[in-house]
Amino acid sequence: MSAVKKAVVVERLRKAQIVEFLSKGKRLDGRGLLDFRPIKIETGIIEKANGSARVQIGNTQVIAGVKIEIGEPFPDTPEMGLLVVNVEVLPLSSAYAEPGPPDEEAIELARVVDRGIRESKMVDLSKLVLISGKKVHALFVDVDILDTDGNLFDAASYATVASIATSTMPKSSVGQDGQIKQEDESIPLQINCIPISITLAKIDSEFIVDPTSEEEAVMDARITFTFDDDGKIRAGQKGQPGTLDFNQVKLAVEIAKAKAKEIREIIKKSIKDAKG
Amino acid sequence: MVELIDEKGLRMDGRRVDETRPIKIEVGVLKNADGSSYIEFGKNKIIVAVYGPKEVHPKHLALPDRSILRCRYHMAPFSTDTRKHPQPSRREIEISKVISEALEPALILEEYPRTVINVYLEVLQADGGSRCAGITASAVALADAGISMRDMVVACAVGKISGKVVLDLDDTEDKEGEADMPVAIMPNLNQTTLLQLDGILTPEEFEKAFEMAVNACRHIYEVQRKALIDKYFGEDEVGEE
Repeated sequence: MSAVKKAVVVERLRKAQIVEFLSKGKRLDGRGLLDFRPIKIETGIIEKANGSARVQIGNTQVIAGVKIEIGEPFPDTPEMGLLVVNVEVLPLSSAYAEPGPPDEEAIELARVVDRGIRESKMVDLSKLVLISGKKVHALFVDVDILDTDGNLFDAASYATVASIATSTMPKSSVGQDGQIKQEDESIPLQINCIPISITLAKIDSEFIVDPTSEEEAVMDARITFTFDDDGKIRAGQKGQPGTLDFNQVKLAVEIAKAKAKEIREIIKKSIKDAKG
Repeated sequence: MVELIDEKGLRMDGRRVDETRPIKIEVGVLKNADGSSYIEFGKNKIIVAVYGPKEVHPKHLALPDRSILRCRYHMAPFSTDTRKHPQPSRREIEISKVISEALEPALILEEYPRTVINVYLEVLQADGGSRCAGITASAVALADAGISMRDMVVACAVGKISGKVVLDLDDTEDKEGEADMPVAIMPNLNQTTLLQLDGILTPEEFEKAFEMAVNACRHIYEVQRKALIDKYFGEDEVGEE
């Protein structure tokens, strides 16, 4: 279910053109190397979900929905609720995505997005316990990739963050008989921070942010960092066969950190607007 | 037992027995797809993409004289009250098959030998009647993809609740009611392309219900037409082409 077309002849020829543009500080769509495409975020679009968000970055379009259910904790973490982030690259999303079980790229995408949210401790899982070791709240965040034009890592991450941050859940209590009661009243899900993921593509020797499908098809390496509110790195992942020298790794962190600060304001605003 | 029809003859959401839920259709909502559409049918929210006609994989499935149509109906995990596992269920596989068979008669597949046309339906929110809304949206997406068609296909469910034949059951009515019957038709050729039924109907009720469904389909067909006309002949487009 790979959503990105592998570099074949035409893409390789295109690469020469892209590299030439990059050396002049330009991209095929007219953006600067470190410019994002316009980001559009809508929340609360699926009434049956506890929280939901549609994120568009240029032509890339994803939708995330949160379902909060009651489940059993993992035996090794009896004092923790559950958080599962799952990303589905739907065959609907591109001509190169096929139906069937997720391939390694789709699994990497889902795991990198999950890791950023999990490691940032955006949701305090210890507050989701109903009966220690027996019953906890389980947060399922499912992301549907609807339209693919690059940078699925960041789009899926922003949709996940926006949907979690705007989630509400039924007020629950444990009765004396050990039964869990859910009231009609909904309360907002508490969050600790807003993790922001920034993915850089390295093409030849240049870094760009927010790559399109066309750029991803020719990139040598990809690197994603997730930052918390304090600008601390909470997760990272390098992908694709290309390499980064040590200075490039440092540079990538610097670029991503500055970009995360900028994107955080956009995400924060959409969350604030949603909460009124 | 939930009271499905009140003393005034109105249903829980205030509809009359022969009334559908509000319908909204948009055309061309996805950039990558060759054709796409989005439908809101009550609380149902479904997005449809059409890819093709294109080369068939695996190749031995290709037919020498016509294209093959493949539909995939899939529900988002957050589309239902309790989370649905992302893997396709047996229900989704059956629905994919009947949707494909409901759409196929309208398509002139002979024009595209040795190819496949893929129709992907993603149910973002389900509220009873999602297969009908999905069929209605798929026909619009196929038209948007420029596939040659003999007619549109339009669908609506009809059923029985509290002893009365009613149009377009929502989730609660479907679960509590006595019968549910999805119907799809080609509105100009006057052909039925899908008919399913579960529950109990007398032959008289069946006839009444079927007629009600056909009339509703004709009404929904106008919504389909309008969505396509707005996209291709809308005021914004005039003078640009």
